[in-house]
Amino acid sequence: MANSFHGRLDDPAGEAGYAQHPPRVGFFTDTSVCIGCKACEVACKEWNGVPDDGFDLLGMSFDNTGELGANSWRHVAFVEQERPGAVSPEPVELGLPSFDLPGASGGEQTRTDFRWLMSSDVCKHCTHAGCLDVCPTGALFRTEFGSVVVQPDICNGCGYCVSGCPYGVIDRREDDGRAWKCTLCYDRLRDGLEPACAKACPTDSIQFGPLDELRERAARRVDALHEAGVAEARLYGEDPDDGVGGDGAFFLLLDEPEVYGLPPDPVVPTRFAGSMWKYAGVAASAFVAAAVSVFFGRGG
Amino acid sequence: MKEQVAVPRAEFRSYYGRPVLKPPVWEWKIPAYLFTGGLSAGAAVLGAGADLTGRPVLRTVSRLGSLGALGASMYLLVADLGRPERFLHMLRVAKPSSPMSVGTWILVAYGPGAGLAAVAELVPARWRGTPLGRLVRAAARPAGLWAATMAPGVASYTSVLLSQTAVPAWQDAHRQLPFVFTGSAAASGAGWGLVWTPVGQAGPARRLAVLGAAAEVAASKVVDQRLGVTSQAYTTGKAHRLRTWSEYLTVGGAVGAVAGRRSRVLSALSGLALLAGSALQRFGVFEAGVESTKDPRYVVAGQRERLSRER
Repeated sequence: MANSFHGRLDDPAGEAGYAQHPPRVGFFTDTSVCIGCKACEVACKEWNGVPDDGFDLLGMSFDNTGELGANSWRHVAFVEQERPGAVSPEPVELGLPSFDLPGASGGEQTRTDFRWLMSSDVCKHCTHAGCLDVCPTGALFRTEFGSVVVQPDICNGCGYCVSGCPYGVIDRREDDGRAWKCTLCYDRLRDGLEPACAKACPTDSIQFGPLDELRERAARRVDALHEAGVAEARLYGEDPDDGVGGDGAFFLLLDEPEVYGLPPDPVVPTRFAGSMWKYAGVAASAFVAAAVSVFFGRGG
Repeated sequence: MKEQVAVPRAEFRSYYGRPVLKPPVWEWKIPAYLFTGGLSAGAAVLGAGADLTGRPVLRTVSRLGSLGALGASMYLLVADLGRPERFLHMLRVAKPSSPMSVGTWILVAYGPGAGLAAVAELVPARWRGTPLGRLVRAAARPAGLWAATMAPGVASYTSVLLSQTAVPAWQDAHRQLPFVFTGSAAASGAGWGLVWTPVGQAGPARRLAVLGAAAEVAASKVVDQRLGVTSQAYTTGKAHRLRTWSEYLTVGGAVGAVAGRRSRVLSALSGLALLAGSALQRFGVFEAGVESTKDPRYVVAGQRERLSRER
């Protein structure tokens, strides 16, 4: 069976061998309406029985989860920043009685256009998934929905997927030894339900559905934001021609991806496999040539 | 943002300076395996050559070294799993897209040959006349040759194993790592031979030491200089210290191997230096990879560098 390791691929489930399968589904996470409530993190843990990842106060923002991992399948990033390139608004006299309100006594001049960015991160369920490509046991597989799932009864904890993921999503659980990540609620999908995080999201920042529909909806949303003057709105991971063939879970962001802890231009490592084996082949041939030649020398 | 002020050497933004990627979960056992696997392969080709050219001592020590290093490799690989009792799950599938699966099957093919060749060296004198003893000794040469044909795969696949990851220092060095690793494998196999073989039979080991060391050091220099932001993962910190010592020991071992062609002591010391140099090289490359995942600079600045090149 032919296998394409990179580039555009419209039907990953069909490519994986499902003759008939439901449409590919995924997430569109519109971070412009995320309020950072973390209901998605909680719903995910509850539904999937994901263990506690410790009570750490990271001391950097309202984010104390820090990153995605074996025990965090949703992670709400929380960025506090001065809006890049924005101009401070002129203070407006409202004619109201003036008390000592916070910032009222000579504060207007020093006020800056400060903003909060919130974004619920998740496994991207890549079209070309680095974790799936490198898994040596077949524990990771492509589902009929086009998502990527680990089978815990097969995984032997080799850890290769952890280094194969260009987004730093999947990780090995320390006390368990196996790799874990978001399953796109595979069990719920099979029962016709939407994933727990999307169900719990109170602002519809996390939208679940067929990927084609989500892409159209996202394109309309980014246009609407641009018209409303939010020039920095952009989509991340929706392009089927990007380094991973497009994400099953993509995002609308309000700043550069790296500000949210996302790689700016992720590429599936398998893309370079042909070139890598070619160089290894040349090196192996040189090894043979050297080993043979040393027995033809003089002396010893 | 604050971290931009704190890290002025490369312009990049990040999420509070936190890593983008997960560091490899592999610990010291994997770089140790990279060394023992390479040593086993290097010794296997020397053993086969010594067998064909009538150098019995070099043949014996190489075959035994090859099996010993393979045994250590198997232990290290199984012990590093999160679920060691499931190591046989590696044999469920054969997956060309996974270098670890490819490597598993290379080792499956290589192991019996290396094993049989070494076992033949261990047959006690009083059993050599028995039918089984004769069979094992007759099978030793084809087994050793079979192992030698698989050895280049054993020595080189580990470079793809590391490179086909999202780890910037390993992926970006995918053109050089195969030469670093096969050179290091040849140098260590030769080093093993020099330690145990009298000078009269050590000629091939001496020459292989020089060729292996030259390839390893030359490819390492390219890694240090030509990989843009990524080179810094190799030229700073712990990785740099390990690889600097590796270079001293490898070059010193190669020079000693040539200079000591009449001195048993100098030959053996050179062999030890080559072995240590090879091991430190593997730990150095491993460390560079780990560091390149912990500092978001390598991911963010590296990918931005690539994007600006493509534009």
